[in-house]
Amino acid sequence: MSEMTFVQAINAGLRQELDRDEDVFMMGEDIAHYGGMFRVTEGLMDTYGPKRILDTPISESGFVGMALGAALAGKRPVAEVMFIDFTLVAMDQFHNQIAKTHYMSGGRVKVPLTVITQGGGYKGAAAQHSQMLEALFLQVPGIKVVCPSNPADAKGLVAAAIRDDNPVLFIEHKQLLGVKGEVPDGEHVVPLGKAQVVSSGSDISIFTYSYCVTLVQQALEGSGVSADVIDLRTLNPLDWETIAGSVRKTHRALIVHESHARCGVGVDLAAQIQEKLFDELDAPVTVCAAADVPIPFAKSLEDIVLPTPARILASIQKVLNG
Amino acid sequence: MPLAEDFYRQMVRLRAVENELTKLSQSGQLRGSLHLCQGQEAVPAGACAALRQDDYLTCTYRGHGYVLAKGLDLDLVIREILGKASGLCGGKGGKMHLFDQEFGLLGTNGIVGGGVGTAVGAALASWLDGADRVAMTVFGDGTINQGHVNECFNMAALYKLPVIFLCENNLYAEMTPLDRSHGNTDLCARVASFGIKTDTVDGNDPFLVHETVSKAVKLARSGGGPTFIEAMTYRTTGHYQADAGTAYRTAEEVATWREKSPIGKLEKVLGKSAEPILAEEEERVSVAILAALKEPDPLPSAALTEVFA
Repeated sequence: MSEMTFVQAINAGLRQELDRDEDVFMMGEDIAHYGGMFRVTEGLMDTYGPKRILDTPISESGFVGMALGAALAGKRPVAEVMFIDFTLVAMDQFHNQIAKTHYMSGGRVKVPLTVITQGGGYKGAAAQHSQMLEALFLQVPGIKVVCPSNPADAKGLVAAAIRDDNPVLFIEHKQLLGVKGEVPDGEHVVPLGKAQVVSSGSDISIFTYSYCVTLVQQALEGSGVSADVIDLRTLNPLDWETIAGSVRKTHRALIVHESHARCGVGVDLAAQIQEKLFDELDAPVTVCAAADVPIPFAKSLEDIVLPTPARILASIQKVLNG
Repeated sequence: MPLAEDFYRQMVRLRAVENELTKLSQSGQLRGSLHLCQGQEAVPAGACAALRQDDYLTCTYRGHGYVLAKGLDLDLVIREILGKASGLCGGKGGKMHLFDQEFGLLGTNGIVGGGVGTAVGAALASWLDGADRVAMTVFGDGTINQGHVNECFNMAALYKLPVIFLCENNLYAEMTPLDRSHGNTDLCARVASFGIKTDTVDGNDPFLVHETVSKAVKLARSGGGPTFIEAMTYRTTGHYQADAGTAYRTAEEVATWREKSPIGKLEKVLGKSAEPILAEEEERVSVAILAALKEPDPLPSAALTEVFA
């Protein structure tokens, strides 16, 4: 094990896969000569050359679409979209092309491509640089969605994403990029579709992912609540077995995420839990998420829109008293 | 160099397919939209003859002519267009979503310009591997106005990728004429501004199309980068089955272009030797359609599979 930042861990995961398979290559804005806006691709061009680590113009729709073509031609592209907010200009490529190609072809062609991107708030980046848009990618069948919460998972999940024969969207959180953690040396792969039990408890199940795992842990500190905290890690495919097992144990469920509440992961999971496990429940399933407004700039405003430990604790108490 | 007979065969096969599909669409046996390319047959016939089987191709919803000219099996394609289990894509894609990597076909497409990035990306793969496979992407004049396509022009020029942009300029983007949708109707000038070599060709002459595309393919294979080809042609039918094609064009204009139809022109050149070819292709297509209609529909359970590999 080595201690490294989240960014260094992704870099290690990328190197692991670039070394392992010569069909893996990267493309994106400022990733090669500059080393990446957030240093995720630092030094990769020096090792792998400016073709395998390819700088692109600011043309997300173009290069995401090209990643699809390269994947169909036998490569394993890894495209970086600098902010998840910028994926919106490439949505035809994500939703009409990439997500549907395998299905439309009747399974004849595979689409082994990964898009790594970065989202999330709490930094005063305002409405167009602070979003978590995972739900948009879950609405359309055919794209796997990964939201790591710690450096070790970041390395292992990016490797699994690249090895997967399907399109995978890998979403970093900007609050986690500098966070340090112990990361396994050598080959490390974390399978997609497996949640992780962060802490085991009996009063309530809390399902969360990405930076909110940290916020939930902060909310629970000194609260005396015995919570089953589940880091979902992958939102598609979803680890329903772990989710159901936890609900059967605690009989109370809270979902915490940073993206907007409406039509999001929380209400989707709440619906599934009540439909399939209604008799297990002792309280209404509750969602703690961003308010349904754009992310505001000023801190005093952002603080009341995004989940905070205090708001999460209030949601926990509501479920416990429900 | 393909012979006049080869081009003629390709074109009448395509026309026969469209005639049969039109009948099936009218009788309700063919679901969904039907986008015909009557009058434009020389472009796929000439262009695909300039490609190798392993070269990449993406095209539009009006792309079935290219699919057939690229060499895909007629029966597999017909069965897919009719939504049969034994179709090319198991009935999941239909006419607008045909794929076959064996023939380099990386998709017909339902989105205007949606498959241009796919072709440029396949060309990128070839460039990364130092391979000599080229990619061709086919689209209409309206596609030049899509943002995605302009991003792709730029990157193809930037990396000097082995890609041929083949534009069928049929003077109308769906129902809107060129001068009502382009600030500058000189399409070659617009694309040339990206640093891409351009060429204009009579799209109703399969020999000229073949020659022009061959030149572009040769350039791309030898590392010379992309070419944009504007093939001037005309769709003598409507945009799709419910459009008669007369509300926005004069009868005289359509009649003039019918006179220039590539099939008719080549028939005159071939004289009597055209007749057996036409009869053979009509028979072959008719047999394929009748056989396809008897094929079983996909099992309902197949609807829920193949979302992920």
